Amino acid sequence: MRLFFNYTLVGLTQGMIYAAVALGLVLAWRSTRILNFAQGAMAMVTTYVAETLLEHSVGYWEALVVAVAAGLVLGAVTERVVIRPVESRNPLNAVIVAIGVLIFLEASAAGIWGSQERGFPAPFSVIGYTVGGSGIEFTPFNLFVILAVLAMMGLLMALFRFTALGLRMRASAFSPEVAGMLGVRVKRLLTLGWALAAGVGALAGLFVAPSVFLFPQNMDEILIFGFTAAIIGGLDSPLGALVGGLVSGLALSYIGGYVGSSFTASGAVLLLVLVLMVRPSGLFSSSQARRV
Amino acid sequence: MAGIVADPDPVAPATTHAADPAGAPPGRIGPAALHRLRLPTQPLLRHGLLAVIAGAACYLLSVQVSSFSNFNIAEVAVYTIVIAGLALLVGGTGQVSLGHAALMCVGAYAYADLEAHNPHIPLAVGVIFATALTAAAGGIVGAAAARLRGPYLAGVTLALGLAVPQLADHYFSSDQGISVSFTPPSSVETNHWLAWICLLCALIVLFLIANLRTSRWARAFSAVRDDEIAASLAGINVARTQILGFVISAACAGLGGALLAIGDLGATSGSFPISLSILLIAGMVIGGTGTLVGAVWGGLLVVYGPIWLDDVVGSTTSQLGVNLPSIVFGALIVLVVIFLPDGIQGSLNRVVSRVQKRLQW
Repeated sequence: MRLFFNYTLVGLTQGMIYAAVALGLVLAWRSTRILNFAQGAMAMVTTYVAETLLEHSVGYWEALVVAVAAGLVLGAVTERVVIRPVESRNPLNAVIVAIGVLIFLEASAAGIWGSQERGFPAPFSVIGYTVGGSGIEFTPFNLFVILAVLAMMGLLMALFRFTALGLRMRASAFSPEVAGMLGVRVKRLLTLGWALAAGVGALAGLFVAPSVFLFPQNMDEILIFGFTAAIIGGLDSPLGALVGGLVSGLALSYIGGYVGSSFTASGAVLLLVLVLMVRPSGLFSSSQARRV
Repeated sequence: MAGIVADPDPVAPATTHAADPAGAPPGRIGPAALHRLRLPTQPLLRHGLLAVIAGAACYLLSVQVSSFSNFNIAEVAVYTIVIAGLALLVGGTGQVSLGHAALMCVGAYAYADLEAHNPHIPLAVGVIFATALTAAAGGIVGAAAARLRGPYLAGVTLALGLAVPQLADHYFSSDQGISVSFTPPSSVETNHWLAWICLLCALIVLFLIANLRTSRWARAFSAVRDDEIAASLAGINVARTQILGFVISAACAGLGGALLAIGDLGATSGSFPISLSILLIAGMVIGGTGTLVGAVWGGLLVVYGPIWLDDVVGSTTSQLGVNLPSIVFGALIVLVVIFLPDGIQGSLNRVVSRVQKRLQW
């Protein structure tokens, strides 16, 4: 029972991180219908930016703001410069471009910062809380991660639901032509969508780094599990990303704990297949992926 | 090609061939100019003749160059096989697999494990066993994949690409993997023998796929890719066609994996990371998805791209210099996809046909 409790807590924190990665993928997917495979690499680069600032004795919160800002810029520049030329073509071409960006960013990071692992600080204690005299697998930093991801998700939902900008973004994702005819500057909003996606990713990168260390490939595996979460959630719903993240975080934590850590990726495959057998386009998908 | 005379009636052979799955001009497996040469119009004969010519050319090349180059040639042949199979899936039935290295991993471990238990088994038997086993695994993946589309399929195959090497490590005890022995006949140098085996396999696979592309199965593939509902109205079993695509593609990957295990003298999960799956997809798109020659370009790119970039821009003197080849490689992938959307072979075909039009052939 105690073990189950700890696996659940680990799963919740992991799930929130997967949800943040998934949310970034969902934002990029909503705006351009492209899977951003470079999302993890972008987050890695912004984490390195924060790490460099921290080394120069800048405070954690200032570094966090700069990292997120760097993410916004990186996302916008990527969309504007390399994704836009292939947006209207075969979706596979956009995937390859994103993969090219991934290789470029990982190699550049290795070139600039080196490929050895670096530690990355957490703003709160990473020593577990004590309940009833014994420690549990839940730290103040985990609590902060969960609250921060929830707050970010709430802010984005408010942006989409209650602001004119959010309405325009939803309109241009839903029907680019009609939105364009009504005077929405669709292309600009696509860039904004990618910027937001990379900003969210930058936060995820900062939250991951304390536990997996910082190196050029540190987001690769997390991106795959975030991708799993996004797909389970239905790819175009932020709420779906949250639920998908929690479901995959918990499932993978139980599988890793009870079955063995060699089976986490197989667990992700199984989870994907099970969910998609029941709902072929994810739990919260609003539009059908299959054209009929 | 000097001995072959230009065909005075270029239209005649074209009409006898079935539609090409990728929408390129029919029946054509080489540059457009090849099509105008007097080759047999019967697909079997035509492809057989081309395979024999290519085989002779490869043999001549192989005996000319060094042992080390022969190892690279073997690798090119292996990746050509895998990319041709991948292109049959992506360009044929329109299903994306981002975990093809996992299928190669299955082939490699199947060969290595069979050899570990039966040390005296002939190489050909082992390779065929590995190919068949991977094809069966592909059938299972294909059955699940037949329900999934686009990004959902991409997600499942990507997770599979992570899962299979993990499982291989778990069940085959260690990161060292299983070692494989490879003993060529005493009169032939090891890497030459390896290159010949891989080239022979590649030619057989390309020959079979070239024939498949003129068959009714290829037409069923394109029908399913372009419009599933129309295809099923026309009496095509969509799910079965998609599974068949996965089985053939997996067989190619398994064969490639087994050959790679032979060349590397062992199967290790570390040889089949997610990044290899992604590199295969990149090689396929940059080579040109629609054509078989595109797969050869893809194989050349996957093997020689890093080597060539290392020679040109790499240096070991600084941290940046060590990583510069990969930086340029990433940038090149982006640039090629933006400026040559049909890949190398697609662009070559376009240039050739434009020149022909200019010259009024």
